[in-house]
Amino acid sequence: MIWGAKLIRAVSLSVVLYILWLLLSGHYGPLLLVLGAVSCVFVAWVAYRMDVADREGHPVHLTWRSLVYWPWLFWEIVKANVEVARLILSPRLAISPTVIKVKASQPDDLGHVIYANSITLTPGTVSIDVRNATIEVHAITREMAEGLATGEMDRRVTQMEGAG
Amino acid sequence: MMDLGLDVLSWLCLVAGALFGIVAGIGLVRLPDLFTRMHAAGIGDTLAAGLIVLGLMLQAGLTLNLVKLALIMVFILFTSPTSTHALAKAALHGGVKPLLDPGKDGPPSKT
Repeated sequence: MIWGAKLIRAVSLSVVLYILWLLLSGHYGPLLLVLGAVSCVFVAWVAYRMDVADREGHPVHLTWRSLVYWPWLFWEIVKANVEVARLILSPRLAISPTVIKVKASQPDDLGHVIYANSITLTPGTVSIDVRNATIEVHAITREMAEGLATGEMDRRVTQMEGAG
Repeated sequence: MMDLGLDVLSWLCLVAGALFGIVAGIGLVRLPDLFTRMHAAGIGDTLAAGLIVLGLMLQAGLTLNLVKLALIMVFILFTSPTSTHALAKAALHGGVKPLLDPGKDGPPSKT
């Protein structure tokens, strides 16, 4: 059964690769279409043999839930950008750099990576160390550190992974 | 009329993106240490790049270029946090200590 799931994931990887190839190439002659398909299947086969087309390397299972998470993250990023831009432009430069540790409640490494990357992507907070489900975060103001410490982002990432 | 509207919207995005890029640059100069400067660089990675790509997408119209621009943004969003994290980690490893707020009311902050 594990074997079957692995194969399905490799097939889905080659399909995704082919769609990407079609969008990027813009060439739709029969020869090139076949060559593209062959290379996509070859890459997926190599990934299958190397055991990297797993739920970390090719996390298709997150596709639908990420459609909820991404817009929320975009909006958070926009808000944080405006906040940091205001800090930079204010004459007093009212920063209060803080380092805090936040818990990552996701069940696996993939979730931790998504959470840590989301933290970094939001200006004003950068994850500087990830260890044992704890993320060390450098924040430009104490308020931003406190905002992160409320754990809303953590909750949403866990929810996206389908464990929350 | 439609074209004019799209053009105006596209230029608004491009100019706003450029302004945020300038703010990121000012931040790089004004902020005191490496770690706080990384936050300013984050503006350039996300909103400045995003607005410029969005403005260009509006110029591209419904073509393959639109998809390519969207993919560029997606790849930026996936790679920039990774490189930022690598930079922070390398700095810490190299012995750069983040400058911290002495703290008035909160818990005393130290690394």
